[in-house]
Amino acid sequence: MTDIRYLSPATLDEAISAFAAAGSAARILAGGTDLLVQMRAGSVKPGVIVDIKRISEMTTIEETAGGGFRIGAAVPGAVLAEHPRFGKVWPGVLEAVNLIGSTQVQGRASAGGNLCNSSPAADSVPAMIAAGAIVTVAGPSGRREMPVEQVPAGPGRTNLKPGEILVSFALPPRPPGSGDAYLRMIPRTEMDIAVVGCGVSLTLKDGVCTAARVGLGAVAPTVLLVEAAAKALVGSKLDDAALNAAAAACSAACRPIDDKRGTIAYRTKIAGVLLKRTATIAAQRAGRN
Amino acid sequence: MAKLHVSTTINGEPMEFLCEPNDTMLDALRGPLALTGSKEGCASGDCGACSITLDDRLVCSCLMLAAEAEGRDLRTIEGMAHGERLHPLQQKFLEMAALQCGICTSGMLVASEALLRKNPRPSEEEVRFWLAGNLCRCTGYDKIVRAVLETAAEMREAAQ
Repeated sequence: MTDIRYLSPATLDEAISAFAAAGSAARILAGGTDLLVQMRAGSVKPGVIVDIKRISEMTTIEETAGGGFRIGAAVPGAVLAEHPRFGKVWPGVLEAVNLIGSTQVQGRASAGGNLCNSSPAADSVPAMIAAGAIVTVAGPSGRREMPVEQVPAGPGRTNLKPGEILVSFALPPRPPGSGDAYLRMIPRTEMDIAVVGCGVSLTLKDGVCTAARVGLGAVAPTVLLVEAAAKALVGSKLDDAALNAAAAACSAACRPIDDKRGTIAYRTKIAGVLLKRTATIAAQRAGRN
Repeated sequence: MAKLHVSTTINGEPMEFLCEPNDTMLDALRGPLALTGSKEGCASGDCGACSITLDDRLVCSCLMLAAEAEGRDLRTIEGMAHGERLHPLQQKFLEMAALQCGICTSGMLVASEALLRKNPRPSEEEVRFWLAGNLCRCTGYDKIVRAVLETAAEMREAAQ
C-alpha cells in the first residue's frame, strides 16, 4: 500500500490548489523523465503527484501576434520539433531541447521540466536564456513573469515560491537578421550530459552585431547569463578580436566543479571554445534571415 | 488508499485495470494486464526495452505512470503481428538474425515501427539516431540497423 495520490486536473486553478495544499510533498508531473527516475531511486517520495498534461495551456504552442512564441511548460521536445514554424525562427532553442535524451525521452520530456529540474547541465536552459525567454509562473497569489535565467537557484532548486507552477515560456518576436544556436561538449555524439553547453542568440545589421545574449551551462551551480560575453560581441563584426574577448568573458564567468565529466580547467577552456563556435553558427543563421 | 481504476485502449482494444498511483505503465503491462512483451531493462529510461507508443508517440513505459493511460491509446509489441502474420519488421529481424538474447527486441521493433511510420525512407544515420535510446548488448547493432533499412525498402516497394 502507498499513500501517494495522483491527480490530473483539467484546469490550472485546480492544479494550483492541489499543488499548494499538498505543500512540499507535492511534485508536478510533466514528461516524468526526471521525476519517475527520482522516485524509482528513492530520492523523491511525493505525497501528491499533480499531472499537468490535461491542462491545455501547458501543452500547446502558440504564435503570438507580434511573431513571438508561447510554449506550454509541458510541451514535449518531439512536439516542438514538429511545429511548422518554431524551428525556423528559433533553431538554437529547438536543437537544445531536442538534445535531451533519446527518441523515447523526446516523446515526453519538456523544456519546463528541464528548467524546473534545475540541473546546471540542462541543455535547453542556456538556449532559452540566450533567446531571452520570459517564463510565466502561477501560484496561490496569482501569475507573475520572470526572466528564465532567474528560475534556477542551484542544483535541483528553483526560485519558484511554494505552490507555484511553471506555466509557459514566452519567446520574443525576432528582428530581421537574427539567429541562434546551441552547442554542447560531450565525449560522444548522443545521449550524454553536457560537460559545457553554450547558447548564443544575436542580431546582425550590415554585418555588425547589434544585439546578443549568451547562456552558459554546466560551468556553475546554475546556468549562467554571460552579459560580458554579449557585450564583447555587440558593436563588432564578430571578428577574431571580438570572438576572443567574448570567449575570455565566458571562461572568466565559469565557476565549475571537477567531476568525472570534466575538470575545472577543461570546462573553463571549453566554455570559450564553444562560445566562438556557437556564435559563428548563430551568425551564419542570422545572415540567412 | 484505494487503487486507481484506469480505462484505456491497448492495441485497439478497450482495457481496464487497477493500479497504485506510483505504478509505472510498465508495471501495469507486465502485472495486471499480463502483456509481458515489454521488458524491464534499466527502469530509468536509458535502455528502451519497455518502448510502447502513447497516442502514436514513442515513449518508455517505465517513465510513464500507469494512471496516465486513462483515456489514451497505447500500442505494445503484442499488437504488432496480425495473428500468425508477422509485421514485416518482425519477419526481417528473424531472417537477418537481428537479435540474439531477445531482451531488447520488442523495444527495438516498437521503436523501429514508429520510425518507419514517421519516415518510410530513413538513412542509416537516421535509423542509428532514432534507435540511440534502444540498447542491445548482443548484436553490435549492425544487424538491427540493416534489418530496419531492408524492411523500409521492402515496405516502400510493397506500397507501390
